[in-house]
Amino acid sequence: MQKHSFKLLLFVFSLGLILAAHFQFIDQYVITVIMLMGINIILSSSLNVVNGYMGEFSCGHAGFMCVGAYVSSVLSVILFTKDRIFGAPLLAPDLSLFLFPGVILIGGLVAALAGLLVALPSFKTRGDYLAIITIAANYIIISGIENLDIIGGPRGFQGMKRVINAMEDRLDIPWMLLWVVLGTIFSVWVIRRFVASTYGKGIIAICQDEVAAEIMSVNTNKMKVAAFMLSSGLAGIAGGLFAHVYGYVNPQSFNILKSTECLVMVYLGGMASLSGSVLSAVIFTLLIEALRFVIPELNALAHHLRVIPESYEIGQVWKWVIIPLILILTMQFRPEGLMGARELGDFFPFLKRFYRNRTTE
Amino acid sequence: MEILVQNIFNALQWGSFYALIALGYTLVYGVLLLINFAHGDIFMVGAYIAFFLTTFFLGEYGVIAPGSLAGVTILMLAVPLTMILTSMVGVTLERVAYRPLRDKGAHRLYVVITALMCGLILENGNLALLGASRKKFPELLEKTVWTFGNVSVTNLKVMVIFAALLVFLFLQFVVTRTKTGMAMRAISYDKFAIPLMGIPINNIIVFTFILGSGFAGLAGLLFAMSYPILEPYMGALIGWKAFIAAVVGGIGDIRGAFLGGFLLAFVEIGVVAVFPSTLRDLMAFSVLLIILWWKPTGLFGIAKTTKI
Amino acid sequence: MPLLEIKGLTQRFGGLQAVSHFNVAIEEGSLIGLIGPNGAGKTTIFNLTSGFYKPTEGVIRFNGADTRSLKPHQITAMGMARTFQNIRLWPNMTVLDNIRVSQHYRLGYSIWDCLLATKRYLSGEKKINNLAEDLLEAMGLKDYAQEYPKNLPYGLQRRVEIARAMSIQPKLLLLDEPAAGLNSSDVDGLIKLIRWLQKEFKITIWMIEHQMKVVMSLCSSMKVIDFGRTIAEGTPEEIQSDPKVIKAYLGDENI
Repeated sequence: MQKHSFKLLLFVFSLGLILAAHFQFIDQYVITVIMLMGINIILSSSLNVVNGYMGEFSCGHAGFMCVGAYVSSVLSVILFTKDRIFGAPLLAPDLSLFLFPGVILIGGLVAALAGLLVALPSFKTRGDYLAIITIAANYIIISGIENLDIIGGPRGFQGMKRVINAMEDRLDIPWMLLWVVLGTIFSVWVIRRFVASTYGKGIIAICQDEVAAEIMSVNTNKMKVAAFMLSSGLAGIAGGLFAHVYGYVNPQSFNILKSTECLVMVYLGGMASLSGSVLSAVIFTLLIEALRFVIPELNALAHHLRVIPESYEIGQVWKWVIIPLILILTMQFRPEGLMGARELGDFFPFLKRFYRNRTTE
Repeated sequence: MEILVQNIFNALQWGSFYALIALGYTLVYGVLLLINFAHGDIFMVGAYIAFFLTTFFLGEYGVIAPGSLAGVTILMLAVPLTMILTSMVGVTLERVAYRPLRDKGAHRLYVVITALMCGLILENGNLALLGASRKKFPELLEKTVWTFGNVSVTNLKVMVIFAALLVFLFLQFVVTRTKTGMAMRAISYDKFAIPLMGIPINNIIVFTFILGSGFAGLAGLLFAMSYPILEPYMGALIGWKAFIAAVVGGIGDIRGAFLGGFLLAFVEIGVVAVFPSTLRDLMAFSVLLIILWWKPTGLFGIAKTTKI
Repeated sequence: MPLLEIKGLTQRFGGLQAVSHFNVAIEEGSLIGLIGPNGAGKTTIFNLTSGFYKPTEGVIRFNGADTRSLKPHQITAMGMARTFQNIRLWPNMTVLDNIRVSQHYRLGYSIWDCLLATKRYLSGEKKINNLAEDLLEAMGLKDYAQEYPKNLPYGLQRRVEIARAMSIQPKLLLLDEPAAGLNSSDVDGLIKLIRWLQKEFKITIWMIEHQMKVVMSLCSSMKVIDFGRTIAEGTPEEIQSDPKVIKAYLGDENI
């Protein structure tokens, strides 16, 4: 029984969350924050596969998110809604109830294919040179989409809200929250399966000594492709969910700044620590939202104390000064990230009883 | 034909900017193996410092009588002052953010993330303090246009290109011919042996940051004179591009940074001349990606051989 | 047919001829030595054999198959394992994991089995786990299964690296200076270990070694190379008295 208690707890928690949203115990704002949190968890844990476990430095994660977001958005608009450009829906909008996860997964698959853009050069090069390739890939993807006028180009693409509305017309439950929760659990579960298996540990071997890995029968090129495709595919799923949460995507929302956010979450949590990535995504999301409320208070306080000129207002712009500052300080005091390369179970051994580790049973 | 020559001049000018910024990346990388992602924003800070200096000398703040200094004099004063002040910004980052992490033996990538964060602070701190309104850089030099046939070149353009060339020659001399330059190159090979040889490692690193940031300041000043609208995010894109240029040239190599900078500029101007300008970034980055695919360590970079 | 046959092997790095016209035929079950002064090209020969470099010229046949077009991991999967001069264990992975990851060529499941936790995955992992534990037990490393190699003393690290190579269940084991950096009691242990391995697992061993004690007590025959060229071959006794070998190691008397 104890072995399954973690799964049970997760199920009860997710169900509780969805019920709470359905019966409006939590308002729309909180729901949005929770959805963002889920998306950030997918992003940071999937980037950790490449940057933490495999020890590469990919700084173009948002590019793959962009591919997933656009592919699944366009697909769901074509399939399920009447659109000005794409015409009548190809399928009955009601089907979206069942086919939506498929649409998101296809977005993920195409993003995984886009991951090859980075995976193939990684055979020959690594480290900082590969980092550049990932940055270039991010720029190429974004400006490629900006030049595709049919899906809106730089103006962005919308219409996904109608798909969600169609779902809600059919059955009134908070669909997006459900999908995000499922997507998050799915992603973390996939990554955990991968890095805990002997197969996936091949990428940890590559990180620690690539020559030894190749000599000890690890097919390093294949493992690199697997890691990059898994990572970018999950980023694509995160992108698809992101697009449907907001109902609108714009190429510039997936620029290098978004990639930087992903990087920050990985290194804040600790390289090669899955629970660290999840934890840091939660903290990071909460931090951003908390500052939304803290900054006006800070402004009032500063005016009250008369430490700043009367005419100057501390605005939300300061958010992006304070967050980097907090991160810099965190790194000064914990240069290995919150968790280092360890998992929660290493800090609190009693936790280990609650989840099964299939490789060591 | 005229268009071609005109475009070559434009490319040379843009290449000079890329090159001046790229060498800051390359210098720091060559010594510390650190990608100083804040460098593009140091360039932006340089432009703003230049803006405040020139408006100060023009008498906007009432300390100096307006018009008491000629434009050329102001430029003569602004160049060294901008370089000094900007290099102080760079050195501050190194002392406050990077060195403590290095001393703690943090993973290299944590220093890189710190650099990224420092860049964000510079950008957004600027936005928060000075507001979103763009600054108009005053005109210091009377614009002279030299015309040869149908090709016209401004004195500013020529100045930018010459400045880049001079900086290149100066740095090439410093890095390859002086003792300090030798120490700089040595640090990247073996950080532990350097102090044993009696070389003050931290001084050399600070010197590297002074050089890199100083020339970023110069680039900022020249850029502000050529494109006189300043905004806090002006350093971000140009910084990333210059970094990519440095890598394509072979990061850690002065020649590589310059060659990469000019190469990027020529590709960009070339693309714009033939295709719609929205394709500029797409094509430029694709070309760079192909170059890196073909020569993974860049044009001048030396592949590190793994000893087995 | 010899297990490993190398003919006319030549490797150039730019202008440098690191190995030139090297020949060897290693019969199954033998224990052959390869010696030579520092920089003679011994490790290069190993790197060529294990597929890490592609030879400029020459033929390498392992177990009857031409290995020149194969990747190192494919050659390893054919039954050739090696150790490194400067130990290359994965320092932050437990000893047990070091062994387990080395089973990559015969996991018996695909990435999908792993993600979906199929029966094939579970039985594959179980098999690998048992295999690794049995091997550690046999090599006397059971107590260190959960240790990180970086925390082990040098002698034990060597042992773990040999165990990792053995976990491939190789036909041919290449040992690159297994005694380097060991103290004399460790060296005695190593000699015993290698003898035992050969007897127990019936493997063929080809080793690079400097320490005469190791070479003399283990190898049935050996080759000496200098500047990439073979200068002598024969039994250890013959080699020891060969004037060309003495010259290569100690220099010319006339200088």
